[in-house]
Amino acid sequence: MFLRLLSDVRWRTASRSWRSTSSSRHMTTSAAEPPSISLPAQAQVVICGGGIVGTSVAYHLSKLGWKDIVLLEQGRLAAGSTRFCAGIVSTVRHLSIELKMADYSNKLYQQLEQETGIKTGYVKTGSISLAQTQDRLISLKRIASRLSVMGIPCEIMAPKQVAQLHPLINIHDLVGAMYVPEDAVVSSVDVSLALANAASRNGVQIHERTSISHVMVQKGCVTGVETDRGQIECQYFVNCAGQWAYELGLSNEEPVSIPLHGCEHFYLLTRPLKKPLESNTPTIVDPDGRIYIRSWQGGILSGGFEKNPKPIFTEGRNQLEIQNLHEDWDHFEPLLSSLLRRMPGLEALEIMQLVNCPESFTPDMRCILGESPTVQGYFVLAGMNSAGTSFGGGAGRYLAEWMVNGCPSENVWPLDLKRFGALQSSRTFLRHRVMEVMPLIYDLKVPRWDFQTGRQLRTSPLYDRLDAQGARWMEKHGFERPKYFVPPGKDLLSLDQSKTFYKPDWFDIVGSEVKCCKEAVCVIDMSSFTKFEISSTGDQALEVLQYLFSNDLDVPVGHIVHTGMLNEEGGYENDCSIARLNKRSFFMISPTDQQVHCWAWLKKHMPNDSNLLLEDVTWKYTALNLIGPRAVDVLSELSYVPMTPEHFPSLFCKEMSVGYANGIRVMSMTHTGEPGFMLYIPIEYALHVYNELMSMGQKYGIRNAGYYALRSLRIEKFFAFWGQDLDTFTTPLECGREFRVKLDKGTDFIGRDALMQQKQDGVCKRFTMFILEDHDTDLDLWPWWGEPIYRNGHYVGKTTSSAYSYTLERHVCLGFVQNLDEETREALVVTPDFINRGEYEIDIAGQRFQAKAKLYPFSSLFTQRRRKDEMELSGYHGK
Amino acid sequence: MLAASCCDRRMCVCPGPRRIAIPVRSSRLPLFSDAMPAPTQLFPLIRNCEIGRIYNAVCYCHHKHLCCLSPHLAHNHLRCAPQKKLATLCPKENFHQFIHARSYVSTPQRFYLTPPQVNSILKANEYSFKVPEFDGKNVSSILGFDSNQLPANAPIEDRRSAATCLQTRGMLLGVFDGHAGCACAQAVSERLFYYIAVSLLPHETLLEIENAVESGRALLPILQWHKHPNDYFSKEASKLYFNSLRTYWQELIDLNTGETTDVKEALINAFKRLDNDISLEAQVGDPNSFLNYLVLRVAFSGATACVAHVDGVDLHIANTGDSRAMLGVQEEDGSWSAVTLSYDHNAQNESEIERVKLEHPKSEEKSVVKQDRLLGLLMPFRAFGDVKFKWSIELQKRVIESGPDQLNDNEYTKFIPPNYHTPPYLTAEPEVIHHKLRPQDKFLVLATDGLWETMHRQDVVRIVGEYLTGVHHQQPIAVGGYKVTLGQMHGLLTERRARISSVFEDQNAATHLIRHAVGNNEFGAVDHERLSKMLSLPEELARMYRDDITIIVVQFNSHIVGACQNEDF
Repeated sequence: MFLRLLSDVRWRTASRSWRSTSSSRHMTTSAAEPPSISLPAQAQVVICGGGIVGTSVAYHLSKLGWKDIVLLEQGRLAAGSTRFCAGIVSTVRHLSIELKMADYSNKLYQQLEQETGIKTGYVKTGSISLAQTQDRLISLKRIASRLSVMGIPCEIMAPKQVAQLHPLINIHDLVGAMYVPEDAVVSSVDVSLALANAASRNGVQIHERTSISHVMVQKGCVTGVETDRGQIECQYFVNCAGQWAYELGLSNEEPVSIPLHGCEHFYLLTRPLKKPLESNTPTIVDPDGRIYIRSWQGGILSGGFEKNPKPIFTEGRNQLEIQNLHEDWDHFEPLLSSLLRRMPGLEALEIMQLVNCPESFTPDMRCILGESPTVQGYFVLAGMNSAGTSFGGGAGRYLAEWMVNGCPSENVWPLDLKRFGALQSSRTFLRHRVMEVMPLIYDLKVPRWDFQTGRQLRTSPLYDRLDAQGARWMEKHGFERPKYFVPPGKDLLSLDQSKTFYKPDWFDIVGSEVKCCKEAVCVIDMSSFTKFEISSTGDQALEVLQYLFSNDLDVPVGHIVHTGMLNEEGGYENDCSIARLNKRSFFMISPTDQQVHCWAWLKKHMPNDSNLLLEDVTWKYTALNLIGPRAVDVLSELSYVPMTPEHFPSLFCKEMSVGYANGIRVMSMTHTGEPGFMLYIPIEYALHVYNELMSMGQKYGIRNAGYYALRSLRIEKFFAFWGQDLDTFTTPLECGREFRVKLDKGTDFIGRDALMQQKQDGVCKRFTMFILEDHDTDLDLWPWWGEPIYRNGHYVGKTTSSAYSYTLERHVCLGFVQNLDEETREALVVTPDFINRGEYEIDIAGQRFQAKAKLYPFSSLFTQRRRKDEMELSGYHGK
Repeated sequence: MLAASCCDRRMCVCPGPRRIAIPVRSSRLPLFSDAMPAPTQLFPLIRNCEIGRIYNAVCYCHHKHLCCLSPHLAHNHLRCAPQKKLATLCPKENFHQFIHARSYVSTPQRFYLTPPQVNSILKANEYSFKVPEFDGKNVSSILGFDSNQLPANAPIEDRRSAATCLQTRGMLLGVFDGHAGCACAQAVSERLFYYIAVSLLPHETLLEIENAVESGRALLPILQWHKHPNDYFSKEASKLYFNSLRTYWQELIDLNTGETTDVKEALINAFKRLDNDISLEAQVGDPNSFLNYLVLRVAFSGATACVAHVDGVDLHIANTGDSRAMLGVQEEDGSWSAVTLSYDHNAQNESEIERVKLEHPKSEEKSVVKQDRLLGLLMPFRAFGDVKFKWSIELQKRVIESGPDQLNDNEYTKFIPPNYHTPPYLTAEPEVIHHKLRPQDKFLVLATDGLWETMHRQDVVRIVGEYLTGVHHQQPIAVGGYKVTLGQMHGLLTERRARISSVFEDQNAATHLIRHAVGNNEFGAVDHERLSKMLSLPEELARMYRDDITIIVVQFNSHIVGACQNEDF
């Protein structure tokens, strides 16, 4: 009902020629069910939203064989943001999953006209991304090296070549550009009508002018939807409501948090040029000028992402705001200036219209895809961050696969709804954050970038103490974590100036923190980790954990086990450490951003047994990591208990007193491979224990350290971490963790069959550590992640993380190596021999550096000798 | 003689003192006329950059306002300096030759001021006063005022004053535009408010003050001044001024009529009395030679005054001369309109011409106002000081002869106006306008003619109104059915943005107004380049392009005004 109004308002202002581009819509809408036909009483799937996203989900579901699908649209098909989007399909993306989605969308749209007979306006124009600065060119080169290994043609070119490709462009302020010839433009309205048409031919029922008031939920499962035309019982519900997805999610009795927020988005349409622009003129993206320009009916279509966006619909559907969605020329002025600077020849071109088309944005600029952690059968695909056309096809496919097969065919964790929780659903937070996200679309994306808005939401009780000591903070899942501590008297660059692809300004600071961890003792506040307690009256807890985790958890009380939580395919759903507190209760530590995902997974797989208790105790404990050879001394002095390995062996957990405080869970592990302890402290003791540690540690040279030091320590020890190196498509066998899988522990566990099979067949990718050989830390570009790995000149995989090792004085990259058959591109078995016999190179923004591959960490790095199976190979630190 | 029409042009060139045109060698012209015949001797003496600056300014002026400048220079030259060589008629050629000959002369760009430099010049004299609030309530009908001045003369001849009356209610604000030096304006700015305050005081208070002075007790403070650090009072003359003031209140005590003081009458009396005192002090002289010279300079120079007295909803404007008071009224639709609350006393005011002519015999009808000036010389028809237009010839001669040597050396003071038959020709008596403030009256602008000749009153009120409300009544632009090109739209938007950004730069309404007055381009938007050029003019040239500007913007408290109004009915 609301989108209907929206489209009415815009419809009147739209010009005749704009309307003519979508003339085909009348034909297809008639193909859809007229509204007079009554709704079915039940269906397997109900999809809400008839934009490009909703129709794409319907299309792909029906392709995968699901037929009993109803698509409801409150207005008319393709009438919301889809109607007004610029229709650019571009694979120029930073995330590889986004790149894959865009690539798939492009191929899908290309053949859609042939498949359905409906004109989609698809023109392969190519796109040129311009660089006004060297840093931007580096950013483009990084994308180019990823595109080329995916087989997508692209070319880094000089400004002069750009002038040959585009007749109007001013190249004087350019340093270079990237040309992607396969990129395309479409009419997004017609694409979604074509998708709807194909879906309805496959049996999908489409009902326009039907709005959903809420989704009915019973016992945590979707049972149906309530519409203004009656109820429909259903098993699955898909929320593709775009701008309104947030509101719709909240309207349930059991709310589903879908954090997205609208911003007004403007683009300009002009009349044709005197010499009309060819329809296949490449699309120009000028991120430094914050604009995009495509040819449109002989004239141009140009919009952008301004620095001062106008958030809208903070209070939900607001009639007044919709009526006030006027052209705002004063707001558009910087973009218009930028356009005329880029194409001065357009001065005399006549304006047709300035379109105001709200788009929805998410807190981390990635779309939201997946199943709700709280309501089973409630799926979401929304928050496209102004790239709905590029991602619609691919995202729709992944969601359909997820629903039909139980999981998508690619790792979609970066887009998973479960990366967010209820804590990101505050309207104020969203409003502030999207104002930062929208300009970010065209901002330079450099490594280690932190959001500035929506901060200081979750903090440790030590936050103020650490902040006063010079802590610089990063945020993970709303939790503030120290990156490093700036010593007094030392100043770092301001935020904007610190953006670099080269050696960062904190290099020496982190170096000295690492040194202190190696030689003395450091304390790192790691309170953000997700902490669960599982207990039961009988053996139920052990039984369920044995089934959910691959390692053997039937260990003596006080032991800690590193284990993976695997899916049916043997891939990591989570990687965690579990301490057995007593016979019947376990303490589980997972990465910070697993809070929602791991909870949902456990809830889903745990029997509904009132004797089994799962509790999230994240907020109850402050975690301090005491790293370094002198940690033993500090702790034993504070507790009057000997802490040497003889008395307190590695991977051991004990409740003890530290200072005056009793009941501190001390664990002999540090997540880094360095000696030391993790202290889980009930929060009311946090300040006391911290103060005691710092004053007692003074004589041992104790100091604060941050996550950057931790990360450097961990990567040089070849510790993989979940969310970055490990994902749902990686098995323990592929990352050298066979020893954490007990195939013969006596009970079955999820993923066991797959692992048995893999053990027999051999692995097709192998987690490998690379030490960069000819890389100059001061002068060369630093690796980040996602850099292509070449073996003997052939592409074999990508890096997943990297860090500078202060011990090796070299960069270390971690990544997966595949053995791709040269002809069939099929992945063959990777043997240690294959890894060892190869000359490797890492491609950083087009420049290749020699690298030495290693399958095992440097043993000499360890200060304490340990048996290999006791080795603590864990890590769950964020990026 | 110097065409008045020229002076009304925004960018006119008007060498020499503008208010009074004297047919003798002007003090400003020699730079051109003397230097030109022998440039090689003079120029090396001046620092290169100085020359550069002069050049830029002159050339700039030439290119842009050729039509205005050239004929004018020629005209001026022929009238007042016939002995000068022809070369001076065309300084342009000479300057260009010079620039070509000396390639190291700086390029014009070098002297562009950066925006911070421009701001520091504009803000040097700005002053803001906020009426303090009591318990979160401001009981005054005035919220506060902003004032500022921008010199063109060196030193500036404008003055401003603001003070709160402590023994009576109300606040006094005034701008004073001096001519033939700043002495008179300075004296008036120091003294006039005391005269007004005293005129307003009830009999008992006057007695109390007199008794205090008599018995050497501490005096009740009469005025609380709101001064910028650059606004000074002369210490030397304070005793003299005090004595004159005391004489005035003693007379007021003697004259005690027992009636309550009428503000209008008090203002008129105060103006007239002060002018009278200035005249008398010059005639009597002072044994102290410094003071003696001072009082003569005060009397022989002149000043106009425009003073506002605000007490509750009663606003009185007393004006003498051609400064102006303008009320900013916000209409119901939010738009701004200007209500003039003073009459200009100059040749543009027909009733003023009428008045002057009636005060003199019919035989002088032609000579008393010539070329839009009083006796062909003075632009304002009323002013303080200017005893040359008030005293008899004999008195003038006697005072000058007995005066100090400096006075005798000054050709201006010795010069007697032509057709000077029936003095006085000039008066300081103000015209007073009374206005009852209404809630829609948002602010009052008092400004010297330096502002009014560059900006239309409607623009002044709109700019201040938009500044104070922070709202720009810029209609959102819609393309609609019109044919608009990208270039046109871009131009329009850039201009609109400039207008908004200049508002945010200023914390002071008067500064904001000056920025517009000096920097406005033909579209009514502040043009930085123009602003920069105007402000970097060397002292010698600045006066040719603009006059001193002094502005006070008084903001009214609509709530209080509304409440007072209701009480009245």
